[in-house]
Amino acid sequence: MTDTSTTTAPAVRLVGIGKRFPGVIANDDVNIEVARGSIHAIVGENGAGKSTLMKILYGVQKPDAGTVEIDGAQVDLSSPADAIKAGVGMVFQHFMLADNLTVLENVVLGAERLHGIGAKAREEILRISDAYGLDIRPDQLVEALGVGDRQRVEILKVLYRGARTIILDEPTAVLVPQEVDELFGNLRELKSEGLAVIFISHKLDEVLSVADVVTVMRRGTTVDTVDPSSVNAHQLAELMVGSELPSPSTESSTVTDEVLISVNHLTLPSPDGRPLVDDVSFTIHRGEVLGIAGVEGNGQSELVEAIMGMLPRATGVVEVDGRDVSGLSTRHRREAGIGYIPADRHRHGLLLDAPLWENRVLGHQTRTPAAKGIFIDKGASRADTERIIEEYDVRTPGPDVLARALSGGNQQKLIVGREMSGDPILLIAAHPTRGVDVGAQAAIWDHIKDARRLGLAVLLISADLDELIGLSDRIQVILRGRLVGEFDPGHVTPEQLGSAMTGAGDKA
Amino acid sequence: MTPRMTRVLLSVAAPVLALVAAFAITSAVLLVAGDPAGEVWATILSWPEPRNLVNIVNSATVLYLSGLAVAVGFRMNLFNIGVDGQYRIAAFVAAVVAGEAWLPGPLNAVLAILAAILVGAAWAGIAGLLRATRGVSEVISTIMLNFISTSIVAYSLRQVAVREEGSNIIGTKPIPESSRIPGFSISSEVSTDVYGFLLIAVLAGVGYWVALNRTRFGFDLRATGQSQTAAVASGVNVKKMTVTAMLVSGGLAGLVGLPILFGNAYSYGSTFQSGLGFAGIAIALLGRNHPIGIALGALLFAFLDEQSNPLQILVDVSPDIVKITQGIIVLTVVISYEVVRRYGQRLEQRQVAQALESSDNTKAEVRA
Ligand SMILES: Nc1ncnc2c1ncn2[C@@H]1O[C@H](COP(=O)(O)OP(=O)(O)OP(=O)(O)O)[C@@H](O)[C@H]1O
Ligand SMILES: [Mg+2]
Repeated sequence: MTDTSTTTAPAVRLVGIGKRFPGVIANDDVNIEVARGSIHAIVGENGAGKSTLMKILYGVQKPDAGTVEIDGAQVDLSSPADAIKAGVGMVFQHFMLADNLTVLENVVLGAERLHGIGAKAREEILRISDAYGLDIRPDQLVEALGVGDRQRVEILKVLYRGARTIILDEPTAVLVPQEVDELFGNLRELKSEGLAVIFISHKLDEVLSVADVVTVMRRGTTVDTVDPSSVNAHQLAELMVGSELPSPSTESSTVTDEVLISVNHLTLPSPDGRPLVDDVSFTIHRGEVLGIAGVEGNGQSELVEAIMGMLPRATGVVEVDGRDVSGLSTRHRREAGIGYIPADRHRHGLLLDAPLWENRVLGHQTRTPAAKGIFIDKGASRADTERIIEEYDVRTPGPDVLARALSGGNQQKLIVGREMSGDPILLIAAHPTRGVDVGAQAAIWDHIKDARRLGLAVLLISADLDELIGLSDRIQVILRGRLVGEFDPGHVTPEQLGSAMTGAGDKA
Repeated sequence: MTPRMTRVLLSVAAPVLALVAAFAITSAVLLVAGDPAGEVWATILSWPEPRNLVNIVNSATVLYLSGLAVAVGFRMNLFNIGVDGQYRIAAFVAAVVAGEAWLPGPLNAVLAILAAILVGAAWAGIAGLLRATRGVSEVISTIMLNFISTSIVAYSLRQVAVREEGSNIIGTKPIPESSRIPGFSISSEVSTDVYGFLLIAVLAGVGYWVALNRTRFGFDLRATGQSQTAAVASGVNVKKMTVTAMLVSGGLAGLVGLPILFGNAYSYGSTFQSGLGFAGIAIALLGRNHPIGIALGALLFAFLDEQSNPLQILVDVSPDIVKITQGIIVLTVVISYEVVRRYGQRLEQRQVAQALESSDNTKAEVRA
């Protein structure tokens, strides 16, 4: 690069950042320097303060202490608009796109002043898309896009607004390996054009493969900044949590020959032709984990919601422990012993503005310890919440804290703990360890394995192929709403699964 | 200061702040209009006579029930604008039932009250059903139902009415002496009594609190209000809940007109008080859907109404000025709760920070 100013001044410099919430130090004396033209990863345990730090850099939250410098100039960011003006953009883990608008409309929404909403805007979108290899077609409806595409639209949105520094909070959590590779290709492209990319991830192998610099956070502060070529995932995990990196592996099989769940001809028609769930049938035995592999958006969430009784239009028969539950409401299915870890914890799993103990009650309103006759048993619910906090290592001051105040991973741990309570006979787990750190992931896997040994049947949906292969006794691949193939996790490789998921290995 | 005291102080600070702001704005309005602000406040804020006190408690009783009815809907994100229509049609039916006196004495009153609850619930239930089955916004349908209720009551009143001697006012048959709900006297100087219905209102408030905060039903209702998607995943049948919440809200609304009916008017006539449902919306907002908050809000509104009566005679200012004050209070309350909340958060953060600085080992641990 010829321009010396951009090579010397770091893209972002955070000095002595501090941020406190009631009862919690989220950030304490955080110092980070992100160079232009680099990919800078931030890793750390759940609740280490990563998201808080990024929200400060994006103007969503104001720091209590410290300074933010962008391209060498100190800035005072009091809103995302300020951050965008300073050239910082952020892609949140939960995408914020309007489904019924086109890509073009979504991109220009709120930025109409830049290039209008017509031909000039389209030209700019195509230019950016070409320059960074994003491969975006402006006139497609967002509704029709997969997760990976949506993420690229989000990135383009940020670039369109002139960002020179891009923050991605856990961008790979929702992606399957092929999509992750594509994303990393895009990120390298951005970097070579002189942008700075900051990204947060709990998947340490990915971090090591793409990052130029890795900063480790622990308990709100930066503990180390390392060169990825000088460490391996084990060492990185040790830096983060001071413990070993777990490797999921199914020990001796606990599968029995007693069928616990059988799903027959489950179909969810869609208004425009092709069913979202297409004649799906399978069984799960007592003590068995059935894994469902698939690219997000191929009917997994509909399949799960149909089994939970949340979609009245679904047809087909679901039997739990010999009993036909097809006509039952969601509540009765839960009472019949189905636990449910939803894919979208904010939409389906939590009351964000309610205390943790009320979130413990959620989904268990009619059962002990949450209920006592027609009343909610607050004392027992609080006590059981404390148990979950303890057993699942939820980092929080206590059961009266609002769910919103928990970090993403800790929210997830609470949900897993809740759904494992009351000895379910079937656990429907959609991405049970999404967003949790390596230590907590291992703990959750152990909890699931222990319950399986005692006869729990699990329907596991995950984008993490290592998790699928490590936990499942059998793996089915879902593609466009149909189950298209079964694999033995003992013999399948992630690559084989990957090509089945995208239909590449489809010979039929 | 203990954290508990701080919390109590903060929660009192918000409404006080709102009232001060509302009074200041009202004063500004008075000054701009050239009215004597000082005298107006002197009149309104004077200590009420025992007679006025009784009136304040009585109209607060009525407003309280209205506020509760609205608050039930609010807890589930339902906007029941139709309390007005619900209580009028319910009070009318109750008046007819009580006037007919099919049952003797107090039983007759019980029957009439049950009828009012049922009619109010049914009337609101229509909006609930429309929302649950057809997705019709309850805001629109309850407003429409208000008009229909007004017309039905006016029409039916003509059918059943008896004309009071020597007047143009028509009304339902008066409730027999034995079926009226006796009031209680608070002072020998005052001829009017406090409504006996006050006790029923208190019971309704307690019932509201227990049902919403302690029961499974209340949990489901609040969960649906907070996140419909999460409620569905937890097993709540949202359609059923919508209808049930509207039924409960309407049932409470059915009670609104009854203190007047059983304690003062004894028949439903063309001059029966209207507009109580709209005041309930403001009061529920003011009281933040909390039974005690709603009670205080109802008392405040009743106080302002009662104390503004002599304004015209004493200082030649229209009593409508307090309507402006009441409207402004609703706005300032919303704002001041937010201001106080943020202040409280900052305060707490500062305390956390201090606690940390005073214990070095915590700091060391954090850095570890
Ligand atoms: N709005 C808030 N109110 C109170 N506490 C909060 C709030 N936001 C975050 N916290 C607390 O701050 C700490 C850091 O949270 P943060 O979300 O930054 O963690 P994180 O590193 O992103 O974790 P994860 O990997 O689980 O996403 C947590 O202990 C969390 O409970
Ligand atoms: Mg986070």
